[in-house]
Amino acid sequence: MNVRCLCVVLICALSCATVHANDAQHIHASHGWIRVLPGDLPAGAYVTLQNDSDRVVSLTGASSPAYTEVMLHQSSTTGGMSRMTMVDALPIPAHGNAVLAPAGYHLMLMKAVHPIKPGDTVKLALKFGDGSTAVIDFVARPANTVDDDTNAGH
Amino acid sequence: MKLRHAWLLAFALIVGLLLGGCQRNEPLPLRLTDVSGHMPDLDFALTDDAGQAVTGADYHGKVVLLYFGYTHCPDVCPLTLAHLHVVMERLGPLADGARILFVSVDPARDTPAVMRAYVSAFDAHATGLTGDARAIEALSKRYRSAFTREPASSDGSYEVSHSSAIYLFDRDGRARALATPSASQDDLVHDLHLLLDTGTKP
Ligand SMILES: [Cu+2]
Repeated sequence: MNVRCLCVVLICALSCATVHANDAQHIHASHGWIRVLPGDLPAGAYVTLQNDSDRVVSLTGASSPAYTEVMLHQSSTTGGMSRMTMVDALPIPAHGNAVLAPAGYHLMLMKAVHPIKPGDTVKLALKFGDGSTAVIDFVARPANTVDDDTNAGH
Repeated sequence: MKLRHAWLLAFALIVGLLLGGCQRNEPLPLRLTDVSGHMPDLDFALTDDAGQAVTGADYHGKVVLLYFGYTHCPDVCPLTLAHLHVVMERLGPLADGARILFVSVDPARDTPAVMRAYVSAFDAHATGLTGDARAIEALSKRYRSAFTREPASSDGSYEVSHSSAIYLFDRDGRARALATPSASQDDLVHDLHLLLDTGTKP
């Protein structure tokens, strides 16, 4: 009787764990980098996010011990005008990708706690829809970096 | 006698047309949008990134790439300047005949020193220009360009929406071509070669 109870509890705990794997556990981040600008100017951070789950996961923001403020932004060019707007959530499709890349979605990093220089690795905690987070390494690269990796498909 | 005069006149006309053509409206096989004759010559009164008062005439003799932006722009402006840097590298030593002029649409924050640090992070052939808000607006309007300061957030930071075009001028300060930020580097390099071969060399 007691053993059976324990089994039920264990099975339940196991199945609960698989059903409730959080958003962060389903997201695989790659190609994280930051375009470092001189002085204390805001910097753009970019990354490719891959969702291995059967449902849409949304990126809702990020934070970093290296920056006072991090915002999820989207740049757009319409009618010959470039503008930047705040985004509440970026959906990452089920079994698909969301790409944060120059001239599109980016994380805007503001007020560096200490100066960041090219070659540094910066940790960013990405926040997802269910409140879970994933800490990802971003490589700081020079201001004039042309990110051909996303185009050339290295 | 009369016939000879007519021949001389015709000859003078042809020579005149040829010379005039070479000096003024020589059509170039540009790949970018050709704006020759449709946009005003380079003219402004601003402050360069060394703090010196400069006018459009100071850049005569150089092929100029004019682009409007601001240093608190972390995404599109750096991407455009990084692309222009690659274009300049592809020109090799010829790049010394060209100048990227990055004009601030945010003069309240963009001092000459800030502009200097910003443009030098991209390319040695880039100069930052800032100045009086009215002078910047006049230059922007001159090229049918526009910018709008967006409402500030709680901490006082703000963004500026701005035209994304790159304007190309020949060595005589005449507007020649218009490029979008997505223009191919090949086309930019091609047209810059043409412009570097045209007009009065210093
Ligand atoms: Cu932004």
